[in-house]
Amino acid sequence: MAHTHSAHDKDAQVKVIWKTFWILLGITIVEVGMAFVHLYTGFPSKLWLNSLFILLTIFKAFYIVAEFMHLRHEIKNLIMTILMPLLLFIWFIIAFLADGDSQKNLRRNLSPGTPAAKEAPAAAPAHH
Amino acid sequence: MDNAVTAKKKWWNGGYSPFSVSYGKLMMWYFLISDAFTFGALLIAYGTQRFMAEAWPDPNVVFHSFPFMGHTNLPLVFVSLMTFILIMSSVTMVLAVHAGKYMDKQAVTKWLILTIIGGLMFLGCQAWEWTHLHEVGAWWGRNPFPNADGSAAISTNFTDFFFTITGFHGLHVTSGVILNIIVLINVLKGTYEHRGHYEMVEKVGLYWHFVDLVWVFVFTCFYLL
Repeated sequence: MAHTHSAHDKDAQVKVIWKTFWILLGITIVEVGMAFVHLYTGFPSKLWLNSLFILLTIFKAFYIVAEFMHLRHEIKNLIMTILMPLLLFIWFIIAFLADGDSQKNLRRNLSPGTPAAKEAPAAAPAHH
Repeated sequence: MDNAVTAKKKWWNGGYSPFSVSYGKLMMWYFLISDAFTFGALLIAYGTQRFMAEAWPDPNVVFHSFPFMGHTNLPLVFVSLMTFILIMSSVTMVLAVHAGKYMDKQAVTKWLILTIIGGLMFLGCQAWEWTHLHEVGAWWGRNPFPNADGSAAISTNFTDFFFTITGFHGLHVTSGVILNIIVLINVLKGTYEHRGHYEMVEKVGLYWHFVDLVWVFVFTCFYLL
């Protein structure tokens, strides 16, 4: 960005920095507040609460990267070269969490003492 | 530095950086991507184990202490304070970077010192938290916390991942503080004023914000979810 080194510009940038700070602080307060609300009332359900937490975390990450790390104001080439590799995380997270879940179910179903699945009906005599 | 984006400018024809940043800043970004994958791998491994487990400790029960408050039940409060400290130090860092752009040596010095203090405060908090958890019997290979459903712990995955990941993050904060101190010394010596720009402050700034960014995820994964 071509900086025009005027005092007005300088103040405007400082303003954006503090605004970002208040956004981050606000989101964190909402997160902790929601955690307490859930703790005392059981509302919202754990699933909704966790979805909300993840969403708010992504918001916070966006503001840190976009404003504090200044990425929003870089050119598109740089933004793309940084963000595209991170798309791998989408596969990474889905694949591994699904794998963990499937492992849990396998263990549960195959552990000793688990009632065996109904025996398959005896094979019909083979026809020639 | 002419990096005004005009429609005619052909970024890939040579003559200037197609990313419109210096080599050093670009390499810092690439390092941070690799570091993001390291932290991502650790956190996803933690998530996988958690999905694999039949039961898991409740963070509101595990992390409920505050210094000098004895046995008062204060879930989340201490870690919220740590989060606040780190966000605050991120702000002072970005203000140092901002002052550097205007060649304001005095302001850069002030904000960098505050950033270093913030980093040290965060590390102090973490040291207290670790000491406290160690006192109640938690460590690598030792998990004293019952699961949220009341069953006894059958594995040490929870504590192993907690200490490994927050420890790795704490190590990053430590090296960030050291880098900030080195840069502060150079600022005071006038190295960057002589060089004509404060880009080194921007580079350590990127690293510092990344450490804050990682904490946002660690905070969510360990204390909230």
